[in-house]
Amino acid sequence: MTVLDAEAPARPAGPVSASLTYARRSLLKIKHVPEQLGDVIGIPILFTLLFTYLFGGAVSGSTHDYLQYLLPGTLALAVVFVTIYSGVTLNRDLTTGAFDRFRSMPNWRPAPIVGALIGDVGRYLLAAGLVLGLGFLMGYRAHGGVLGVLFAVGLVVLFASALSWAWTTLGLLLRTPTAVMNLGFVILFPVTFVSNVFVAPDTMPGWLRNVAEANPISHLVTAARDLMDGTPAGHQAILVIGTAAVLIAVFAPLTTLLYQRRE
Amino acid sequence: MTTRNADLAVRARGLAKAFGETRAVDGIDLDIPTGSICAVLGPNGAGKTTTIRMLATLLRPDAGTALVFGHDVAHDAPAVRRRISLTGQFASVDEDLTARENLVMIGRLHGYSPAAAKTRADDLLVGFELDAAAGRLATQLSGGMRRRLDIAASIIVRPELLFLDEPTTGLDPRSRSQVWDVVRHIVANGTTVLLTTQYLDEADQLADRIAVINHGRVIASGTREELKSAVGAGGIRLRLADPSQRDRAEATLTASLTPHVMKDGDPAALRAQLPAEDLAASTNLAVQVLNQLAQEGIAVTDFTYGQPSLDEVFFALTGESTDRSEVSV
Ligand SMILES: Nc1ncnc2c1ncn2[C@@H]1O[C@H](COP(=O)(O)OP(=O)(O)OP(=O)(O)O)[C@@H](O)[C@H]1O
Ligand SMILES: [Mg+2]
Repeated sequence: MTVLDAEAPARPAGPVSASLTYARRSLLKIKHVPEQLGDVIGIPILFTLLFTYLFGGAVSGSTHDYLQYLLPGTLALAVVFVTIYSGVTLNRDLTTGAFDRFRSMPNWRPAPIVGALIGDVGRYLLAAGLVLGLGFLMGYRAHGGVLGVLFAVGLVVLFASALSWAWTTLGLLLRTPTAVMNLGFVILFPVTFVSNVFVAPDTMPGWLRNVAEANPISHLVTAARDLMDGTPAGHQAILVIGTAAVLIAVFAPLTTLLYQRRE
Repeated sequence: MTTRNADLAVRARGLAKAFGETRAVDGIDLDIPTGSICAVLGPNGAGKTTTIRMLATLLRPDAGTALVFGHDVAHDAPAVRRRISLTGQFASVDEDLTARENLVMIGRLHGYSPAAAKTRADDLLVGFELDAAAGRLATQLSGGMRRRLDIAASIIVRPELLFLDEPTTGLDPRSRSQVWDVVRHIVANGTTVLLTTQYLDEADQLADRIAVINHGRVIASGTREELKSAVGAGGIRLRLADPSQRDRAEATLTASLTPHVMKDGDPAALRAQLPAEDLAASTNLAVQVLNQLAQEGIAVTDFTYGQPSLDEVFFALTGESTDRSEVSV
């Protein structure tokens, strides 16, 4: 067997190269098992159609007016819901023999997680694209132009990537993928609904309004709305970037620590 | 053993790991000289996988120490990981990737450039007779192909120490001997191998040294010759035409050859270890047993003479059958 004595590379892949290799793994998995995108496709379509036609008449008098208000919100909502699957996927991966091999390799240890999160950006972009495509078909007008829409998507994806670290932490703490998914939804439903996604907070009772206005999701949605409407969004955008930084600062080290400790 | 530390690929002392109440590994000592094959032999739940996972830096030992080429698995894990490769008990390949993608990915992680990783993957696919299945997802490979892919992934860069956790469990005889050939080649290239198995014949075929473990402890270790002489040169199994004659047959066997006669779960079957040290004497005894039974009018439907099974090794080593043995030699 001559294949046994090949020349070995000088050193193993560094952190960046290893992470990108794992990101590629995520994308290859999507290619081979496209049905795993069910959630990425289902959630955005469902949210956009359902909420527009269900609440449109009641909230704004017409579905068109409501769509102008709602679409940036469903954009954020759909992408934020898809982030739960980062935790679900990690939890599932941890029990496979493949992860045992990854963890016994001489690379930077968090590389499989970082790589998967990079790969997940592809899923977020796909979810965002679906919401926007559907929105435009239903008659949404983006006064902020292409650039405004791109910045809004960028901001949403940035926030989502930061939030996904919270789910990977959960993915390491809970025992089964289903548990991660259930808890994820239980947390996200109130957090996303008590916000300005569906209705303006000034229609809510005082205490709820305070919560809704302080909710980071509200800042994200306001920033996305302003960007897509072509109105200044600087202040809100900075708040979103700040929240994302805090999420990463808290949950990335926590995820890494739990992952290192994992047996 | 008098081997110096520097010549040891693995040196474990008092290694222990418990999961709640289960003492999966309960004080294991293991020395594996560099360049050799060591087989860890034991039944389900003996602690084989747990031992390997500790040596591969995936589990922290509760107690004891383990050195891999002199590097402590608990305190110097990166140095250990640079020298080892792991083929786990349950496919360590990514099931949602093709055979080729799996190898390219591991090649990239080892530091090959994209082009070099592809060349290396293709060479290995040919070498392991997997080229025809290169584009198939790992889930669609047969058990034997998947095992070969798994081992191929482990030697993309030749490790100094290769862990193989039950590499042939569930494989057909042809696939088994293919895996054995691969293992022999790997060792001929200078890699030390630690493999676990439930089969004595596998340990016998491959290993320089064998450690028999049960309930998380080493109950015997040595070369195959040393182990076999502890067990007896061979054993016989026989099945009677009439189960009601079993007690008589047992008495005959016990009187003529050995106290190690066992009744099987099968009401018509008996097993016995042959005590003789050399094969000629064992063969002679086996013939005598058949003769004697024939003279007493006891009809035998099946008769096998050969190597002791794992169960018989256990019986000989512990005086109990596998599921109850606690006694160490
Ligand atoms: N993660 C775990 N949590 C709880 N118990 C465990 C865990 N891993 C192993 N065990 C227990 O530890 C004992 C030893 O298990 P181990 O997997 O090491 O055995 P093994 O020799 O590899 O068995 P097999 O031949 O079935 O693979 C068993 O009783 C098993 O149930
Ligand atoms: Mg095992």
